[in-house]
Amino acid sequence: MSDEVAISVTVNGQVEHVRVEPRLLLVHLLRDELGLTGSHVGCDTSNCGACTVQLDGQSCKSCTVLAVQADGSEVKTIEGMGTEDDLHPLQEGFWAKHGLQCGYCTPGMIMAAADLLERTPNPTEEEIRHGLEGNLCRCTGYHNIVKAVQHAATAMQSAEVSA
Amino acid sequence: MTLMDDRTSGNHVGRSLRRKEDPRLITGQATYVDDINITGLLHAAIVRSPEAHAKILSIDASAAMARDDVHAVYTGEDMADLLAPLPMAWAPDGVEVHNPEHWPLARGEVKHVGDPVAIVLGTDRYAVIDAAEDVLVEYEPLPVVTDIEQALEPGHALVHEQFGTNEVHKWSLGGGDMEAGFAAADVIIERRVVNHRVSGAPIEPRGVLADYKAGAITVHTSTQVPHFVRLFMGLMLGISEERVRIIAPEVGGGFGAKLQVTGEEMLCAWASRKTRKPVKWIETRSEHMATCHHGRDQIATVRLGAKRDGTLTAMHADIVADMGAYLMLLTPTIPSLGAFVMGGVYKIPAITTDITGVFTNKCATDAIRGAGRPEATHMVEVCMDQLADELGMDRLELRRKNFIPKEAFPYETALGIVYDSGDYHAALDLLMEKLDLPALEREKEELAAKGIRRGIGFSTYTEICGLAPSRVTGPAGFGLQTGLWESAIVRVTVTGAVTVYTGTSPHGQGHETTMAQVVADKLGVDPQNVEIMHGDTGTGAMGLGTYGSRTTAVGTESVARASDKVVEKAKAIVAHALEAAPEDIELRDGKFSVQGSPDKGMTLAEVSGMAHVRPELLPEGMAPGLDETSFYDPNNFVFPFGAHACVVDVEEDTGKVKVVRYVAIDDCGPAINPTIIDGQVHGGIAQAIGQALYEHVMYDEDGQLVTGTFVDYALPTAAELPSFETDRTETPSPVNSLGVKGIGEAGTIAASPAVLNAVVDALRPLGVTYLNMPLSSESVWNAITEGSRA
Ligand code: FES
Ligand code: FES
Repeated sequence: MSDEVAISVTVNGQVEHVRVEPRLLLVHLLRDELGLTGSHVGCDTSNCGACTVQLDGQSCKSCTVLAVQADGSEVKTIEGMGTEDDLHPLQEGFWAKHGLQCGYCTPGMIMAAADLLERTPNPTEEEIRHGLEGNLCRCTGYHNIVKAVQHAATAMQSAEVSA
Repeated sequence: MTLMDDRTSGNHVGRSLRRKEDPRLITGQATYVDDINITGLLHAAIVRSPEAHAKILSIDASAAMARDDVHAVYTGEDMADLLAPLPMAWAPDGVEVHNPEHWPLARGEVKHVGDPVAIVLGTDRYAVIDAAEDVLVEYEPLPVVTDIEQALEPGHALVHEQFGTNEVHKWSLGGGDMEAGFAAADVIIERRVVNHRVSGAPIEPRGVLADYKAGAITVHTSTQVPHFVRLFMGLMLGISEERVRIIAPEVGGGFGAKLQVTGEEMLCAWASRKTRKPVKWIETRSEHMATCHHGRDQIATVRLGAKRDGTLTAMHADIVADMGAYLMLLTPTIPSLGAFVMGGVYKIPAITTDITGVFTNKCATDAIRGAGRPEATHMVEVCMDQLADELGMDRLELRRKNFIPKEAFPYETALGIVYDSGDYHAALDLLMEKLDLPALEREKEELAAKGIRRGIGFSTYTEICGLAPSRVTGPAGFGLQTGLWESAIVRVTVTGAVTVYTGTSPHGQGHETTMAQVVADKLGVDPQNVEIMHGDTGTGAMGLGTYGSRTTAVGTESVARASDKVVEKAKAIVAHALEAAPEDIELRDGKFSVQGSPDKGMTLAEVSGMAHVRPELLPEGMAPGLDETSFYDPNNFVFPFGAHACVVDVEEDTGKVKVVRYVAIDDCGPAINPTIIDGQVHGGIAQAIGQALYEHVMYDEDGQLVTGTFVDYALPTAAELPSFETDRTETPSPVNSLGVKGIGEAGTIAASPAVLNAVVDALRPLGVTYLNMPLSSESVWNAITEGSRA
């Protein structure tokens, strides 16, 4: 299209130069242009949080941001958190505590939880529940998601102590 | 990377193995439908009716067609070559069911908001959405039917003129002498019990990617039932079934919403054949709320009779059920599924359920998690509390007095249904141990002083699941036009790796893990080396899909039986190699050997190696390979059960209900993986709490959908739910060799009456004796205000 805009975004440490329609949502840039399909779309009213990524270190619903707004920014998605051989403590926590069933909400949940733990490294159950209020899960009833985040918080704290 | 923390050899069943499916899901590498793209694909957007009931006067697609990136627009008229309308699978003997033709795109009239009218295809995801808005449809509005009780009045406007009535069907299930039962009662209560309309709302909406090439079609669809979709797609499109391949890739939750053969699946397949290009449609959440089938929506008049001492004598449920505008795959059967367990866990000598299905100008209802059984359980358990109140009897004493005792199993109810096994007292005893009711009661007064009303509610339930057995559910019985068996293939490769094919189609339940646990124990291998393949009609086993809590009780049993056959063949091979009798061969610590001489033996890999590489060493006449199939149709349903308690605090000033504790004891037979069972229970309870307190699909009297997004349709968030306290009793089922029962729906079936009973318990001191769901702040506050006025 003629009115495309050139932007550059650093995604999971990789600089990406792309031309996008001004109205392209960040989530579609990630999914359709860059092939990072770990961020999901679950609603059209920014309620579900399945699309949550980190934009310049802060969690954000990537369905509410235009790709052009991310020009010059750093984006981190679930694909940048860890691999199956080197899991992020949150990924490990979700696995160990059965914090997922269908897995559709999980990437967004993990990204939102990462932000929560950044701000509140040792959250109470109440803080976790309120911190994840913007992310819907239909499968787990959240019980094991809370446990997963607690598991990760403990792991990250003890890693810090031993570091 | 280890699969579990505490693995010892053998005996994987019963352990909380970490899920095998999780590594791909937690790293963002899983492949859902919308993650798949095929070169040259066209995106689809669907033009949907804004009217609840109208004639289509004209459709003008010229402006849409003129847009950049738009490839084609099709309407119902273009699809005249379909060989059959969308299916409805129920044809019970002796029951007349009014079933209007239902096409993927409306023909002539639209019947509810969201009814599809046209499909726009184009090369850009955004462009087709714009173009869909440019398709001009002229409608002539027709009278709208929304209220199921009024809809049955003579002279009322009709959804489908041709039937002369809004009644879909009448169906009854009864047993015992109703007249004598009610005549023997000293007390009869009657309540109007509402199970309002809800949405399944999986977080992944539906999605389809259809690719027609050279006479064959491959369709990726977010479904629970790939084999059903294949069968009907072949019939509707006139493609022989072997050339239709349906793949359910990673599926982001179902909850019954994806137990369907949908118009959108047919539409994409048809459009792909028409354009000779791959066609992809991804549902928006707004579309999902308006057009993916809803659940519940029943109004029941329930009568329950008892002697003064609490002995139940008869129960009658008269249910009017909103079917919506069309009958989809199972629409009219759903209330009937509840009728099978009407009466719940109690000895009741006479029980009858009468069902009237009604058309309205709303989206169709169909199976949503529990499908009829949550509604029935709600009726039974809410009325048990109402009866206890009427009798001035303790509600738990009333329950215990009427429980079917454990010695009575297998127990034939008044309806002729045989409950397989149960120990209801044990479940309730364990619940009470965990709950500490006296302490909760003591806190009541303290809280009341602060304007908070504490309530405790109970639900003791059983449910009917493991859907099968064909002789009961099928054409000669209940009337589904299919058998409900399962099949499995267990294939051992030359290196001893095991691939299992199942006809079920799990979508979050963890069967890749639990089935692997069962197979690992059967074959003496590591579950990590057992791969479970599902959800693809092109590879492996036939089956009927995942719903009705049937995948473990029917699907896994079938996997177990195929594994047994593999073991049998392996033993024959080993016996031949060691010059022993097959019956003397045992499998121990991963080795097949002669009993008493464990050092001479063969592993499964060695046996399989021989069966594939050196077939000449096999017993005379034995075919090579180690690959067995099993079909399994059980002889009965299975009946999980349990006892749940909900503790709520209600703010007197605002009517706000907070669930402060939820304790659940469930029994699904021997646990294959306790952590996975707990997870199913958690999610099930959350969904029922959602229905009881927050979720409500609402239409206004013009048939406009009021709750069209997640803004208005409120799924519970983490902040609204407590942590759940769960435990189990384990009463094996005699129906299958594993002793297992289903657990996917139990939480949802049990929980809504526990919540409602808790809220009524909280409000009794304020004069409120009964109210219906949803227990929104507003309705609770109104009840408080009226109650204290009364
Ligand atoms: S897709 Fe639901 S919040 Fe972004
Ligand atoms: S795991 Fe399915 S939505 Fe959360």
